[in-house]
Amino acid sequence: MSSLDAVPEEVHKFSAEVGTRDPVTVVGGRTQWNVGGAPDGSAREVVAPSGIWSHEPEEMTVRCGAGTPLTELSEQLAQHGQMVPFDMPPNATVGGVLSVGRSGLRRLRYGHIRDLVLQIRHIDSNGEIVTSGGPTVKNVSGYDLCRLMVGSLGKLGCLAEVTLRCLPMPETTRWLTGAADPFEVYARLYRPSSILWNGEQVWVCLEGVSSDVEAEAALLDLTEVEGPPLLPSGGRSSVEPKALKDLSADDGNWIAEIGVGIIHSDKPSTAQQISKTNESLMREIERRLDPNGRLNPGRQVVSL
Amino acid sequence: MQISPHVNLLNDLRSVLGDRARDGDFELGLYGKDGSVLQGQASIVCLPVDTAEVRQIVEICRHHDRPFLARGSGTGLAGGAVPVGDPVIIATAKMNQIIEVDLENRIAWVEPGVLNLDLTKELTPRGFHFAPDPSSQQVCSIGGNVANNSGGPHCLAYGVTSAHVAAIEVVLPDGSVTVLGDLSAEPPGYDLRGLFVGSEGTMGVATKVAVRLTPNPPAIRTLLLDFPDVRDGAATVSAIIAAGLIPAALEMMDKRAIEIVEAFVNAGYPTEADAVLLVELDGLPGGVEHGVEVVRSVAERHQVGNIRVAADNEERELLWKGRKNAFGAVARIKPDYYLHDTVVPRGKLVEVLDKVYKIADAYDLIAVNVFHAGDGNLHPILAYDSDEKGVLERVHAAGRAIITASIEAGGVLSGEHGIGLEKRDYMGMLFTAHDMATQDMVREAFDPQGFANPLKVLPSGSRCSDSFGQHVPDGAWV
Repeated sequence: MSSLDAVPEEVHKFSAEVGTRDPVTVVGGRTQWNVGGAPDGSAREVVAPSGIWSHEPEEMTVRCGAGTPLTELSEQLAQHGQMVPFDMPPNATVGGVLSVGRSGLRRLRYGHIRDLVLQIRHIDSNGEIVTSGGPTVKNVSGYDLCRLMVGSLGKLGCLAEVTLRCLPMPETTRWLTGAADPFEVYARLYRPSSILWNGEQVWVCLEGVSSDVEAEAALLDLTEVEGPPLLPSGGRSSVEPKALKDLSADDGNWIAEIGVGIIHSDKPSTAQQISKTNESLMREIERRLDPNGRLNPGRQVVSL
Repeated sequence: MQISPHVNLLNDLRSVLGDRARDGDFELGLYGKDGSVLQGQASIVCLPVDTAEVRQIVEICRHHDRPFLARGSGTGLAGGAVPVGDPVIIATAKMNQIIEVDLENRIAWVEPGVLNLDLTKELTPRGFHFAPDPSSQQVCSIGGNVANNSGGPHCLAYGVTSAHVAAIEVVLPDGSVTVLGDLSAEPPGYDLRGLFVGSEGTMGVATKVAVRLTPNPPAIRTLLLDFPDVRDGAATVSAIIAAGLIPAALEMMDKRAIEIVEAFVNAGYPTEADAVLLVELDGLPGGVEHGVEVVRSVAERHQVGNIRVAADNEERELLWKGRKNAFGAVARIKPDYYLHDTVVPRGKLVEVLDKVYKIADAYDLIAVNVFHAGDGNLHPILAYDSDEKGVLERVHAAGRAIITASIEAGGVLSGEHGIGLEKRDYMGMLFTAHDMATQDMVREAFDPQGFANPLKVLPSGSRCSDSFGQHVPDGAWV
């Protein structure tokens, strides 16, 4: 039995739509459309299939079309007390969020979003269906193309179907804020969901059973708030977690994710350097998987 | 007098490594196999001490047009470290330093030969540990964990190796040295790090690894639950997860496993039970106590016998000792065993376990089941005596039947041991020819000529370039 037997009709249709020639770009919810630059105007827009195709609460896995909006996914999962902690705008799509590869505000606890992916079906540059990973919560069968596809901005293939690992929704979620040293806060707490800092003020997200959340909150002299602050959206930079210690309130308007190393800022961010060796490996992968450059032309994962 | 190619190569390697390039019978015997039942042929073994030496070995191999195979502790169970295609073996045993523990970044840079448990022992007093904990953790290396994307009981809650590796320094098959990934939150470009983890040594040699440190949980509870029927045990597993609880670990042992482990370890396992579950909950105290209550109430709905809660750390370690020594304990019934590794949806555990017993009966073998039930990761052990004539044919046939049953139930080929040589030719059960060709295209970006651990992971038909022979040599299946 090969995995192709189980491919849904919608994926076959999407494969035909992507086709074998002319440049294409996959459109999701356009919530992070400009990451990597806009695609060439010549590229034909295609939309990945949408819909929850299977959710097995006792397996804690969900399989859906890559075009499924997050709001549809979270509504389905919430009915069973489950979630996939993407923490992105509700109109963003599963495939879009994974293609961009940026994690949400609770990464500190739940890890990078790429580790939530179990199986991906994508349409390659020849219009053919490729399955990688597997449907079970644990799997090391074959090369891990799933990790590679996350953050690839659709340049190695068009995501068609995704199987994700779900997590139980925490009993309690509480956001706190106040003036405190964020690094001390981090050292004091056991696996907080998020710690944000703007140089003067911290925001902390605690999740779990109520008694634990209360006990952890009691360790801090902070007051409860509705939720996280509005993040500056001009730029997003990625640094080592300890480099956040060098930030100061004079650096303008920014909010940093402590323990993670993301800085949301008003100012545009500068691209991180890729070594020559890694760049040539990356170009080689692009060249092999998309020799004619028809997938998302113009968009750049490996910056020019 | 003409010098043989072997001596030429050995001389070149010795000019760099001195007596750490070896071809003595002792080394060749040792490095001809790994933890699997497969046998290969080693001809030269190198023991480098640093990245520069690894790089020189790779360059010398290329100069002599010979493949190479990086090897950690050789505990792999899928034949990933079994030499085929006559590779030069690069053993990382002497690259065993913890280079830096960086608590501010919650990262440790280690050499690939550092043993998994040694790292955790070093970190524990500082309040951290390395989360992946294969049963072989006393002897398996971090480099091997990276190559196989290893798991372990606690990966149920914490994820497998890939989630715990931030960056890897790699000597690529062309001899260049690079770092894949970095310590920043979102390294730029494609995730080459994620691709390398689990590539079983076919994309280069890891020479340094930046592993993520996981804080030690403030509270831990370990429970042993016994069941009069293995089906109730399996149903309890599904029901615990369905109740929204992900324990730190959720392990299952069947009747035969309980008997042999108890005779070996004396952990007080209930030998009259049909199955036991070993459940561990960790985290903050409230969540842990809540978890204990959920486990209790779910188990009570599924005809649980006794529920034993470890009173202290000593008792907890004793319970775990039984689990982690189960494979060694099999020697009490038969001198040899073949350990399988497949994953099925949790809801199919009972069905597939039933099939495993029937398959073992049909092939006149003894099946023992000790496994990571929480993530559906089966580890059927087929116990046998290799002196029995024709037994290995039966073991392999039974293994294939178990794999087929797992895949038919919606499962996968391997949960944590990898594909290596053992399951290479079964890849077509899970992937189409085009899927595998795509995987190979990506591998080729790293190693177009197939120098790094040749003939592994993908069946020969799906590889575009096997410079070092197409087939597993005759007699490779011992």
